Amino acid sequence: MSAQMAGVTRKPIAKLRSMGGGWLEKVCLGLLVLFVLVALFAPWLSPQDPTYGELGTGLVGPGADHWLGTDQGGHDTFSALIEGSRTSLAGPLLVVLVSTVAGIAIGLFAAWRGGWVDTVLGRLLDVVFAFPALLVAILAVAVFGKGMTAPVIAMSVAYMPYTARLVRGLAMQEQARPYIAAYRVQGHSALYVAVRRLLPNIGPTVLAQSSVNFGYALLDLAALSFLGLGVQAPTPDWGAMINQSQAAVLRGQPLSAVVPAVAVVVVVVAFNIVGENVGDRLAGRKT
Amino acid sequence: MALLEYENLSIALPGTARPVLDGIDLTVSAGEVVALVGESGSGKSVTARSALGLFPTGAHVDGHVRVDGTEVVGAGPAALRAIRTGTASMIFQDPRAGINPVRRIGDFLTEALRVSNGWSKGRADDRAVELLGAVGLPDPERHLRQYPYELSGGMLQRVMIAAALTAGPRLLLCDEPTTALDVSTQAEIMAILGRLQRERDLGMLLITHDIELAAAVCDRIYVMYAGRIVETAPTAQLFGAPRHPYTAGLLGSSPPLRAPAGPPARLTPIPGSPMGLLDSAPGCSFAARCRSARPGVCDRTPPPLEGHGTALVACHLAESLTATDNTATGEGT
Amino acid sequence: MTVDDHARTLLQVCGLRKAYRTGKTEVVAVDDLSFSLRAGGALGIVGESGSGKTTTARMLIGLERPDAGQILVQGEPLAPTVRGRAARLARAKAVQIVFQDPYLSLDGRITVGATIDGALRLHGLADPAARTARTRELLAQVGLGEREAAALPRKLSGGQRQRAAIARALAVEPAVLVLDEAVSALDVSVQAQVLNLLSDIRRDTGIGLVFVSHDLAVVRYVCDEALVLYRGRTMEHRPVAELLSDPGHPYTQLLLASVPRPDWDPDSISRRRRELGPAAAGGGA
Repeated sequence: MSAQMAGVTRKPIAKLRSMGGGWLEKVCLGLLVLFVLVALFAPWLSPQDPTYGELGTGLVGPGADHWLGTDQGGHDTFSALIEGSRTSLAGPLLVVLVSTVAGIAIGLFAAWRGGWVDTVLGRLLDVVFAFPALLVAILAVAVFGKGMTAPVIAMSVAYMPYTARLVRGLAMQEQARPYIAAYRVQGHSALYVAVRRLLPNIGPTVLAQSSVNFGYALLDLAALSFLGLGVQAPTPDWGAMINQSQAAVLRGQPLSAVVPAVAVVVVVVAFNIVGENVGDRLAGRKT
Repeated sequence: MALLEYENLSIALPGTARPVLDGIDLTVSAGEVVALVGESGSGKSVTARSALGLFPTGAHVDGHVRVDGTEVVGAGPAALRAIRTGTASMIFQDPRAGINPVRRIGDFLTEALRVSNGWSKGRADDRAVELLGAVGLPDPERHLRQYPYELSGGMLQRVMIAAALTAGPRLLLCDEPTTALDVSTQAEIMAILGRLQRERDLGMLLITHDIELAAAVCDRIYVMYAGRIVETAPTAQLFGAPRHPYTAGLLGSSPPLRAPAGPPARLTPIPGSPMGLLDSAPGCSFAARCRSARPGVCDRTPPPLEGHGTALVACHLAESLTATDNTATGEGT
Repeated sequence: MTVDDHARTLLQVCGLRKAYRTGKTEVVAVDDLSFSLRAGGALGIVGESGSGKTTTARMLIGLERPDAGQILVQGEPLAPTVRGRAARLARAKAVQIVFQDPYLSLDGRITVGATIDGALRLHGLADPAARTARTRELLAQVGLGEREAAALPRKLSGGQRQRAAIARALAVEPAVLVLDEAVSALDVSVQAQVLNLLSDIRRDTGIGLVFVSHDLAVVRYVCDEALVLYRGRTMEHRPVAELLSDPGHPYTQLLLASVPRPDWDPDSISRRRRELGPAAAGGGA
């Protein structure tokens, strides 16, 4: 009985269904699930080794051997797309994880302490806001060298203020509600009330923002790879694939660039639509 | 002819278990002050808004509402505009929600006159000053230049009353006009409304949850429960000898201000909660909370309002309860 | 309970003061407020908006720090700031509160049962079975059953939520319970139920009630004494019956006259309100 009383019974599927949404959102959600599954099982799904280039079969069109053709170096585009989904999705995932956790911590702290702490943190966030994410990432690469690590760290920092601002605003609003005061009056510690009671009440809205951030982070990281500053060959990556296909595009064979570009666009748009819709709905429900 | 007349008005919303309004019959004559009393979810605000053609979106509306003889149900935009800008005005509960916070009081008051009536700024300002004076604001010229945040809730409600009067209406619909205000401010607002009503011979419909307030200022009271009018009577009679068990329950729920010394007598509240739109009952919607309810009788749809003396009551048991509970009886026609 | 227990003073407030500063101007919300409350007693704090009644409630529960004065609960001064778990729990046991808005005063994410369970666990009831039993008992005391215990707040009516908020406060077993306009957002028929519930709780528990309200009739029903606040100052502090039958201060007289009734004369109330002073006539700031 106590477990029943204490716990909220949740059936995940039913809950998901109750979230509703239009057909567009459902399609987007389906696409995202598909991409995540592909990334998880990439080594078993890709028909060929995307790092193996056959010089004789460069820029072959789509066919039975190569479903989406090959690039200039004879790498199989379909396999590269599948294997590339791992790095292309893992990078933004890390960025979103780090920036969300840091943003929540800073936003919550600023809202809870208020006063000068809030003012100082607010100004610091403004400063970070002033630097475009891509610029910070390029600077980081210049200092720490090429690869994934430096851009991911730099972009985590650059994306953090978006979450921190949102969390601060939501927390301020939520804090004014008497149920939070009631928890304090009952004798719960400030940390407990802020993290265990207030945060879950604003969590869904924050997650919606994070999923929108994911799309932008993916775009930024792909751009870095395209510039040759991110993921390095031979590791497959969508941004890097576009970069390597530049010459092919100039020769009128754009397929090996179009395929990863479409993948980037589809994932970014899908994340935006799902994130915005969930956020809108939660915002509507809150009032 | 009645100034405001509801005839069997029903409003249904998709996805609800019961109609929002179920066969409302109500009249307000010129110069008459009538109260419509009910708890949350009773449909009293929906009733008032219907008079201006403000029906809930997606609602199915049946029956008639006539303002000064003009049918509102199914009326076109032009007819509705004529009612809203000429015959009837409405005052709402929260004065701050109805005024643009970044515009001056003067602009707010004169906009309609200048845009709809094509008055010059000077003429409209003169009229606004006159109206602000009429609602008892001490310094009308200064208030015209002020912003809403500079005024207290009570003063702002007076501005809203002034705004409601700009078009010279004959019917005033007041939806909980004092609920958001302090008690002594409430008295002041009601004094102003009362004076204006007498001076201009306005018909007034006061929507309120406070049956004591209704009794204090109105000639006649309608009591509403779950979308139906359950009783209407002249104020003194309704207060002295309530016929419907719900009316009696409401009166028994209010703690008396003056009572004999010693520990106060226990209140006899109505059990349960007011009915939501997602609840429905097969017969009388009040039966589940009614102490007098009889099985086999109250699970049928209650009768329409029937005359019992000067009161109209919609209750299966009106006759039998009257005999035991009330003194000032008179057999109905 | 012995006679001594009855006479015991639960709450003593001396010279309480709180002012807010905006720029150069200082607004005194509460000034030189003193009262005491014995076990089982009920004090009404009556006032309109801006009277300082809510600030007083917030100082009593420690959400607002007084500028001057002292609050003693069972002889112990309430510290202006609490540090550490033991101090927090002790403070919670001194004073609890029920807020006005039933829709915002419960955590929408967890069930009513879980809310009370959490309060009990915090205050040292470790055994889950004992907690369940106590939760059931507390909810029964306020007239809620198993169905309401398992429900999220949004599934409950306003009256049921307010009952749950009262049960949550009682779970801590405080010496004093502050009710900040706790019945004013409820429908009349439901308000009467909660008022009866409060007088039952008073009778059964010996808890001290501080009942903050603008409604004189409700204060009369719940309290034995009432204190009238106007712009932060105490106008009158007397037994309720006396205060209502023979109000001494003009402001109390005005408040009393303002309550609507059949022979009501709002015109004379407006006139008296003006005579009281320009601030009252303007409806306060």
